[in-house]
Amino acid sequence: MSTLSRKDVAHLARLSRLAVTDEELDLYAGQLSAVLDAVAQVQQAPVEDVPPTTHAVPMTNVYRDDVVRPSLPRDLVLAGAPAAEDGRFRVPRILQEEA
Amino acid sequence: MTSSSDGTDVTGMTVGELQAALKDGATAAGVTQAYLDRIAADDDSLGAYLHVDPDAALERAAAVDAAGAAGTGLAGIPVALKDVVVTKGIPTTSGSRILEGWKPPYDATVAARLEAAGTVLLGKTNMDEFAMGSSTENSAYRVTRNPWDPERIPGGSSGGSSAAVAGGLAPWAIGTDTGGSIRQPAALTGLVGHKPTYGSVSRFGLIAFSSSLDQAGPMARTVHDAALLHEAIGGHDPLDSTSIDSPVPVLAECARRGADGDLSGLTVGVVRELGGEGHTDGYEQGVLDRVAEAVALLESMGAEVREVSCPAFDLALAAYYLIAPSEASSNLSRFDGVRYGLRVGDDGVHDLDEVMALTREQGFGPEVKRRIILGTYALSSGYYEAYYGQAQKVRTLISRDFNAAFDAEGAGVDVLVSPTTPTVAFPLGSRVDDPVAMYAADLCTLPASLAGVPAMSVPCGLSDGLPVGFQIMAPALADDRCYQVGAALEAAQDAARGSRFLDQLTRRAAEPVGGAA
Repeated sequence: MSTLSRKDVAHLARLSRLAVTDEELDLYAGQLSAVLDAVAQVQQAPVEDVPPTTHAVPMTNVYRDDVVRPSLPRDLVLAGAPAAEDGRFRVPRILQEEA
Repeated sequence: MTSSSDGTDVTGMTVGELQAALKDGATAAGVTQAYLDRIAADDDSLGAYLHVDPDAALERAAAVDAAGAAGTGLAGIPVALKDVVVTKGIPTTSGSRILEGWKPPYDATVAARLEAAGTVLLGKTNMDEFAMGSSTENSAYRVTRNPWDPERIPGGSSGGSSAAVAGGLAPWAIGTDTGGSIRQPAALTGLVGHKPTYGSVSRFGLIAFSSSLDQAGPMARTVHDAALLHEAIGGHDPLDSTSIDSPVPVLAECARRGADGDLSGLTVGVVRELGGEGHTDGYEQGVLDRVAEAVALLESMGAEVREVSCPAFDLALAAYYLIAPSEASSNLSRFDGVRYGLRVGDDGVHDLDEVMALTREQGFGPEVKRRIILGTYALSSGYYEAYYGQAQKVRTLISRDFNAAFDAEGAGVDVLVSPTTPTVAFPLGSRVDDPVAMYAADLCTLPASLAGVPAMSVPCGLSDGLPVGFQIMAPALADDRCYQVGAALEAAQDAARGSRFLDQLTRRAAEPVGGAA
């Protein structure tokens, strides 16, 4: 039986940058434990010496000609951003003032 | 007005018939207007679309008419796009609040190719948020209903596309399929839906969910229509580095040949693990009966039928629901509240990390959060080998099962067949709080997705008055076999019924309430 505790979900949510609520922690811990139980079946698979498949089409190193092409217009791209300033994306502050 | 000049309802036509009507004097503007009228009349209750711009559609249609192009190829044929396909200047949300109001600065290759072919964009269709779901109930915006029964789901995640096409609100539509999101909604609404060979249709401009599995494809009223749409979007795209460099397949001609109904020389493998003996748990008897009848029909047309065992298919659900969430947790990290869409908590007090977490908390719905959390867990150190690593090895076993089935040294079959879904469309609300039950809707479609092979769903009858889908799987790049077998099945059933599959829905809609069987 695989389980995810409330504490596990809180940790994973923090890693995933999701500010989940207490109610969500209760809900997801139960639901995700049930999902985990269902998918844990992969651990019974006879996979000794079986290589993993990361991709259905075996392709490596696809190259294109190294030519300069126009980028998307800056104004058009910034028009879709939640905040822009001086022709750039404006981001919330990164460092604490005391730091 | 939903009729062309001679009084025929154009919204009931196949695309093949629409092409003939356009050549015969109908106008793109008239056809487009007929569809816009149906959308205005019915979409409040059906919920198929997230965005419709009637003026833009009519302007586009008028331009096609003015150029004298209507009826040439696909010019003047209306189309709907699942809202996961980015469209320049046209709102694109992927069913999520986090992208509400976003207007993409570029076109997906699929959208660009359809535009270049002269099609007329009707609108963007509803979907499960970021294509995660099997019922379209995970859309942040609206409920989509099944045209066969408004209290039931239209399938998902391409449920807006399936409802639009089955309900007469679009002649055909683009869907995307990661674990079954074209085939399952097509099956549940009585459409033809095809997931092309992975890499054979460009993914450039599809908002990514699980990149090693996502693939766009056609949803249509007939196999031949699906082939025309597939040909229009298929082929190599230098903008997608996973795109296969091979020519656009010839499919419509293949569908026409298939409709002749001669399947002699073809070997059909019925997958035991998908509804066969000892594997019927969770399958409805009506679904199994319709599929068995379809297999018998293929046999009557000369196909040789044999049962094939693919033991690793039993593990497909488990492997998929580790691989897809893992890739999703990585792909969806791009929604950081900086470059597009929503930003929450940017008040000068909260720092960047907090703004990201608040934005994602408010912008994503429950299923997306569940999958991000599950994927983060499966990829985390200490669990990676036990979950993600193990799932990737199961993926190899599933591919080996397909290879053994198609290989002349193995079972040597040309196509594999199964039900598309274990059950007919289930009632709205019946599985939303039980993710594991919801995931079971994808049981039959997951193996082909994990192996990257093409697979089609074709209607094969009704059970309890609701459509049943028949799945046809073929080797990579042999999509033409799906179209050949699908067209043969469709033609034989149409001949026996004396009408097309969807005519049953049109007739039912014309009956008084309670009059349907």
